[in-house]
Amino acid sequence: MTDTMLIYKVILCVLVFAVSLGAAAYMTWGERKLAAWLQDRVGPNRAGPLGLLQPIADGIKMIFKEEMIPTHSNRWLFILGPSFFMLCACMTGVVIPWGAGWQMGDTLFPMQVTDINIGLLYLLSVVSIGVYGVMIGGWASNNKFALLGALRASSQMISYEVAMGLALIALVMMTGTLSLKEIVAQQDAGFANVVYQPLGFIIFLICAFAETNRAPFDLPECESELVGGYHTEYSSMKLGFYLFAEYINMFISSAIMASLYFGGYNFPFQHELGLDGNLLTAVQTAVFFGKIFLFIFLFMWVRWTLPRFRYDQLMNLGWKVLLPLAIANIIITGFVMLFTGKLG
Amino acid sequence: MLTEYAFWLLSFIAVFSGIATIISKNPVYSVLYLILTFFSIAGHYFLMNAQFLAAVHIIVYAGAIMVLFLYVIMMLNLNQLEVEKRSNILKMLAVASAGLLLVILSGAAHTADALHVNPNKVSPAGMVEDLGIALYRNYLLPFELASILFLAAMVGAVYLSKKNLNETQA
Amino acid sequence: MQLTNRSIQVVKKELTLSERLYFPAIIKGMLITLSHLFKRKATVKYPDQERELAAVYRGQHVLKRDEAGAERCTACGLCAVACPAEAITMESAERKKGEENLYREEKYAKIYEINMLRCIFCGLCEDACPKEAIFLTDRIVPSSFTRGEEVFGKDLLVESLTERVDVTKRQTPEVLSFKNDKKHKHNQTYLDRKK
Repeated sequence: MTDTMLIYKVILCVLVFAVSLGAAAYMTWGERKLAAWLQDRVGPNRAGPLGLLQPIADGIKMIFKEEMIPTHSNRWLFILGPSFFMLCACMTGVVIPWGAGWQMGDTLFPMQVTDINIGLLYLLSVVSIGVYGVMIGGWASNNKFALLGALRASSQMISYEVAMGLALIALVMMTGTLSLKEIVAQQDAGFANVVYQPLGFIIFLICAFAETNRAPFDLPECESELVGGYHTEYSSMKLGFYLFAEYINMFISSAIMASLYFGGYNFPFQHELGLDGNLLTAVQTAVFFGKIFLFIFLFMWVRWTLPRFRYDQLMNLGWKVLLPLAIANIIITGFVMLFTGKLG
Repeated sequence: MLTEYAFWLLSFIAVFSGIATIISKNPVYSVLYLILTFFSIAGHYFLMNAQFLAAVHIIVYAGAIMVLFLYVIMMLNLNQLEVEKRSNILKMLAVASAGLLLVILSGAAHTADALHVNPNKVSPAGMVEDLGIALYRNYLLPFELASILFLAAMVGAVYLSKKNLNETQA
Repeated sequence: MQLTNRSIQVVKKELTLSERLYFPAIIKGMLITLSHLFKRKATVKYPDQERELAAVYRGQHVLKRDEAGAERCTACGLCAVACPAEAITMESAERKKGEENLYREEKYAKIYEINMLRCIFCGLCEDACPKEAIFLTDRIVPSSFTRGEEVFGKDLLVESLTERVDVTKRQTPEVLSFKNDKKHKHNQTYLDRKK
């Protein structure tokens, strides 16, 4: 790796980090606006035009609020919890290909921080350890509600990770690679993967809702039963980290769904437009963000439509519906591959 | 050079957190240190270019099994008193089995050839494709047998929990 | 006992396949919320835009003065009797010589207080008043930090000489005809019951 490439990668890394943080900040605004619109209200409109400065006001408020650490809590773990959750949320962005790449002279600067050949597994592993942030925080609070929230979070995460992984296996069988870059590149040639894997996509989508603790699966922070769930005892920016990381998770999982099932940065007839390489990359990145935006809209739309699942319904759905469906999906995919002769 | 520093750092973390796992009084701390151990071992796998193994190690051990461990410990709220209630026979048995494991490991280490890993040369052994071919072509039977073993364990666990359920209902 | 014929019998029946699939119901629900995205917003953007009050809106009371500027109230207490929330208290006093320009009648209210926290703004005081002294206006009672501030005395209730309060807006033909017929039957029975 040359020095220029190294510097470029560092810049890209910072950029991805900044974009996901900025997107998360404005998603809080978007969420409130959308919630208001769906309920025939106006939403935040006082801070700046259309309330666009609201996230900044919220951030400043969060930082200047009093920092409280409960007396009987475990001080170090109490701080570790939100930090770890935030870290895991920010770590996932590095394997997502945000665009094809910039051609500068002879070198191609890819729009992906790193293309490890186990990209998908990396995503799954980061997602699976993300729950520790919730568990540690919930336990360290020394509060019954927080503990119950943490326990719910962990059991929910584990249950839905299984179905999520199995849904991805069918996709991996089809594409034959774990690298996100290649999966996206393959969809340039043919159709988007959702055409071949509709069931897999639906399972993945439902699991993504559960993994990001979004409604209708927001049991860990279910305020009507558990006060605030795992972040009951949190205040100030530590609470902000938890809430913020949830939005980053949402942003990243939207990006993952867009790249795995909806062609990533590719869009139909992109090569017929006759665009110059770099210009095409810019358009592609914009299209990719458009797809992410649509998924985020879906996340919010669902949250303000559907009521929360009951705990037993959640477990039934995860183990008795999604898991068998995911396995059936694998078997069907296998048979189709066998009969169409796509087997390698 | 960087790799060597990373190796020493990871080894230090692994050994330190391994010891801390055993000597921590609080079971939750033990589990957290054990998770740290798993992370550092996954780091070692990465250094040996076994990316698949590293990722699966984190997904399976840190991401699933330890979450369940932590879940159970938090749920039962184990404290020191209950842990110390073990009988002496149990302790002796534990020491004996640990000693047996040590003998087996040292025996294995004695006979095995030292693995020479060149970090500068990319060895394909840990990559997904090669691992898949090895598991599903060369070692298909042991692989499937292991999965049947897991199935049996699962059925056993379900059976045990069912039996208890019936007794409490009756 | 069945009170209305609108009640629905709850039946716990087996769900059909399409109901058990969840998805049709979910999509239906989501389309409903989506349709609300394009509906007119119900919010009145208050500081920029004030809500239109109805012509007969009943807000903060006013104690009227006559054309010459004398207080009309004679402290008869009918408003206090009529008040279902018992929000009105008053203390009467006799008019001294030289106060004719201040009070129209020989007896006047020395203290007249309405507890705005108790008041239900029903307007019965206005109906009961024989002297056309008390009226409910379209002014909104301001909020306050203490309960004591919500007991309005004469300083807040009596209209000022310079800024007269217009009460004609509420005096629709129906209201006026009602006032002309003070011996309305339900009014009478109400007063009977009060004794």
